[in-house]
Amino acid sequence: MTTPSTVFPTGVSWETAGTSRIPFKVYTDEEVHKQELERFFYKGHWSYVGLEAEIPEPGDFKRTVVGERSVIMVRDAEGGISVVENVCAHRGMRFCRERHGNRKEFVCPYHQWNYTLKGDLQGVPFRRGVKQDGKVNGGMPADFKVEDHGLTQLKVATRGGVVFASFDHEVEPLEDYIGPTILQYFDRLFNGRKLRILGYNRQRIPGNWKLMQENIKDPYHPGLLHTWFVTFGLWRADNKSELKMDAHGRHAAMISTRGQGGKAAQVTQVPSFKESMQLNDPRFLDIVPEPWWNGPTAVMTTLFPSVILQQQVNSVSTRHIQPDGHGSFDFVWTHFAFEDDDDEMLQRRLRQANLFGPAGFVSADDGEVIEFSQEGFEQKPFHRALAELGGRAVDLHTDHMVTETLIRGMYGYWRRVMEEGGGPRGSTPQAGGAEVSQ
Amino acid sequence: MSSNAIEMNFADWFELTNLYADYARAVDSGDWDLWPEFFTEDCLYRLVPRENHERGFPLATLSFDSKGMLKDRVYGIRETLFHDPYYQRHVTGAPVVRKVEAVAGNVRWHCEANYAVFRTKLSEVSTVFNVGRYLDVVERTPAGLKFAERICVYDSEMIPNSIIYPI
Repeated sequence: MTTPSTVFPTGVSWETAGTSRIPFKVYTDEEVHKQELERFFYKGHWSYVGLEAEIPEPGDFKRTVVGERSVIMVRDAEGGISVVENVCAHRGMRFCRERHGNRKEFVCPYHQWNYTLKGDLQGVPFRRGVKQDGKVNGGMPADFKVEDHGLTQLKVATRGGVVFASFDHEVEPLEDYIGPTILQYFDRLFNGRKLRILGYNRQRIPGNWKLMQENIKDPYHPGLLHTWFVTFGLWRADNKSELKMDAHGRHAAMISTRGQGGKAAQVTQVPSFKESMQLNDPRFLDIVPEPWWNGPTAVMTTLFPSVILQQQVNSVSTRHIQPDGHGSFDFVWTHFAFEDDDDEMLQRRLRQANLFGPAGFVSADDGEVIEFSQEGFEQKPFHRALAELGGRAVDLHTDHMVTETLIRGMYGYWRRVMEEGGGPRGSTPQAGGAEVSQ
Repeated sequence: MSSNAIEMNFADWFELTNLYADYARAVDSGDWDLWPEFFTEDCLYRLVPRENHERGFPLATLSFDSKGMLKDRVYGIRETLFHDPYYQRHVTGAPVVRKVEAVAGNVRWHCEANYAVFRTKLSEVSTVFNVGRYLDVVERTPAGLKFAERICVYDSEMIPNSIIYPI
């Protein structure tokens, strides 16, 4: 590339009509970031907020976020789930400070404005003033209506015990949003069994939030970066693999079935594979196939923009992407088990959790490479990344892992939403951005 | 001191505090092979967010229940986990002994100590990396004092990207 006229260009400029060359500016520009929040997190999309099992009883709540806005997911007295914004209607205070708990109502401590669990304002102190010496002092104006001053209430959808919310009450139904292709993998994991929460891991990754979506849409790296996978034979070049995405290219599933036969040297072309290497304690890889897998040993599902659903052998979790400016996001892991797991399976899931999370044998390095990519973007914002493995077009379905099609697909969607001025509705893969082939 | 204070002779106390200081020295040295040797064969080592610990959630950030697993972790640190190189520095408070028991003739001390770990990346300033407390069971073995359990319960709400080396 020749020397650019400027190191800090304004605006995002794509080298081609497609999405195989991704400008660094999409990761480094604060204005782009705010527009992404508007268009992907606050309008036309569903965001993950949690699992029903986190709030089993009436009054149970969990504080979380949609995009960068603090919200509270709460189970009301009738057993329904509401999601309300954590900003008091009076002075704008983020009143809920605990991260979880049980309440009969929400009260802002500043002036004791109190709300039902659904977010309706019920009481305002001194609303009708204070009587003193035979006259009424102060109070709210006569036309003040509590109905006009509730907490912002989000639209809520649940499926299989997973809770999603949207600030946009016109958003399409959750099932249409996920789309039939990805919905089958969603339903495979969340098939109606009750979930048991195993706990949380929280990490702050100094990189753009999209990089985490890309990481789980990138089957190129696991056999190369995650040498632990390879060393101990969990990743092999003869793994049977499929990549799928929804019709918009925004959600995806990486589906793989661990290869069993053949001599290891013939099936892995990765130098880090060591056939003779044995774990001192093989229980890390005490994998027991479960009936609901229906074959695949790992399915990593990305739901754009906010969550990753993990099944890696017996370890299952949600990974919530919580952006914080263009250059950082919090990554919250919720590991779970199923109600009908026996103790052995529960222990197995917990032991395999050592592979994942911020210290995991195969996940710690994902956070590291994201940080270093961001560093590269920041110093060279006129440049672009390449995603040309497997060609330059978007293939909605491939039966191998040697392609970056899912990343191209996501940016096809990104370009359609970000460049066409309108909202996300009506976005189809044909409507500009990347070329699509089936 | 409270009336149910633990009685300990000076030699035991010296040996115990020496174990804590030596552990900090070892995990900050960069010689990761030293780390598993502080533990018994069927030890328990856990790195747990305070949230999970206090809410009774069984998930840990790392959970190893054998010395073999610690050795596997050492292999991972050295050979497979790609990460930014960094120094770490443990500052460990004096242990408080909560309980003394004898198991099969061996003394076991249940102890607790605060810790702070600082991280220094190359060309960067030093930062607070992970803070919490150790909940330990220390056992006297023929090879000296060893940790039968070391549960690191950390306050740090966010892990700054990743934890690679032993806490």
